[in-house]
Amino acid sequence: MDFELMINSFPKLMNATLVTLKLLSLSLFFGLLIGLLFAVMRMSKNLILNRFAYGYSYLFRGTPLLVQIFIIYFGFGQIEFIRESFLWVILKEPYWCAIIAFALNTGAYTSEILRSAFQTIKKGYIEAGKSLGISSKIIFYKIQIPIAIRQSLPAYGNEIILMLKGTSLASTVTLMDLTGVAKYIISTTFKPIEVFIVAGSIYLFMTFLIHNFIKFLERKYNY
Amino acid sequence: MELLAFGKTGWGDELFYATLMTIAVSITAMLIGFLFALVFTPLKLSKYKSLNLIGNFYTTVIRGVPELLVIYLFFFGGSGAIMFVASIFGYYEYIEINAFITGSFAIGIISGAYSTEVFRGAIQSIDKGQFEAAKVLGVKKHIQFYKIILPQMLRLAIPNLSNVWQITLKDTSLISVTGLVEIMRQSYIAAGSTRDPLFFYSFAAVLYLLLTFLSMKLINRLEIKYSRGF
Repeated sequence: MDFELMINSFPKLMNATLVTLKLLSLSLFFGLLIGLLFAVMRMSKNLILNRFAYGYSYLFRGTPLLVQIFIIYFGFGQIEFIRESFLWVILKEPYWCAIIAFALNTGAYTSEILRSAFQTIKKGYIEAGKSLGISSKIIFYKIQIPIAIRQSLPAYGNEIILMLKGTSLASTVTLMDLTGVAKYIISTTFKPIEVFIVAGSIYLFMTFLIHNFIKFLERKYNY
Repeated sequence: MELLAFGKTGWGDELFYATLMTIAVSITAMLIGFLFALVFTPLKLSKYKSLNLIGNFYTTVIRGVPELLVIYLFFFGGSGAIMFVASIFGYYEYIEINAFITGSFAIGIISGAYSTEVFRGAIQSIDKGQFEAAKVLGVKKHIQFYKIILPQMLRLAIPNLSNVWQITLKDTSLISVTGLVEIMRQSYIAAGSTRDPLFFYSFAAVLYLLLTFLSMKLINRLEIKYSRGF
């Protein structure tokens, strides 16, 4: 066991953790917006919107995240139309490609989580709101959304942890996130176990924090 | 369509074999995962705290660390570990293990952690009365497990195991970083030599969708079979 290497690699890995956290928070932010949009579409009575949202979530949940990143990073650069448009400013950066792929991916899972949360809301709540003469817009914002958020917390906590692990794929498109730097150190020192222990502990610590934060929120918003 | 032709001109046959490779790795990994689950589920359900600890350590670590990191550990550390074991027995030559074995093992260990959780949940949700009734009737321990607990457990576990299968199938795409020629790696090679990544990666996505779709159909049949009488 090479303890010196473990201590020396720790600061480098911590720096890389910042990249991982940035990727995670940005993709979760955009993913949540996408998820909410598609969850609403899934519940709409308009058949076209409904089918489209279903297809979207089926497509992104049925294919590996790696394929999605590769299509966006390697594939889209091939289309002349995209290369000449303003989109190219974003799509030529591996950083943004990774975030787009992550956000679309987590958006698909989030939409399913939110949809099932909305569906488990008791009809009585909505009917009670209606009979009190509250407009359906306010029922949605003040009754349905808060309950749905509470309902979806445990599942969404899992999704955050899955996404944290998903960000490791950014290393396949040249980004130096935690896994990317870990791989670099492993391939230059050939000490996989030591590096795995340090990098793995950092990931586990983050999972631990996320897990407990969600637990805390669950307790806080218990009803 | 020319790109997908079989034979020397297109990539059809290569991608076909790559798909078979993906299926082979997924099934092997899933089975290795079952072996791990067979060991770790009893540990997690054991009365002894220390055994619980080992079981929990396995599932927590594997489910909290990215799959890619586990694969790198096996890819770079696998032959080292084997050589270390061999050196104890006095064998000092370089040993290289093939990518299929390393890959299936890495994915298998990951899949095993998820399977362990599924089996644990399924056993715990069987009514206690079933165990007690078996005991009262004087049914032997192993017959109790095979004839009473297992059939009920499978019914409860199949829907969740189908999720584990989907995760495992998609995780095999990550083995492409070790050079094993499965769908992702073959698409990477084809994309590189034809300079048409969009087409090949989209086609890879279609292949994965097809695999998940077909396996869901099969699993649904199993589900119906095991929930007869419920």
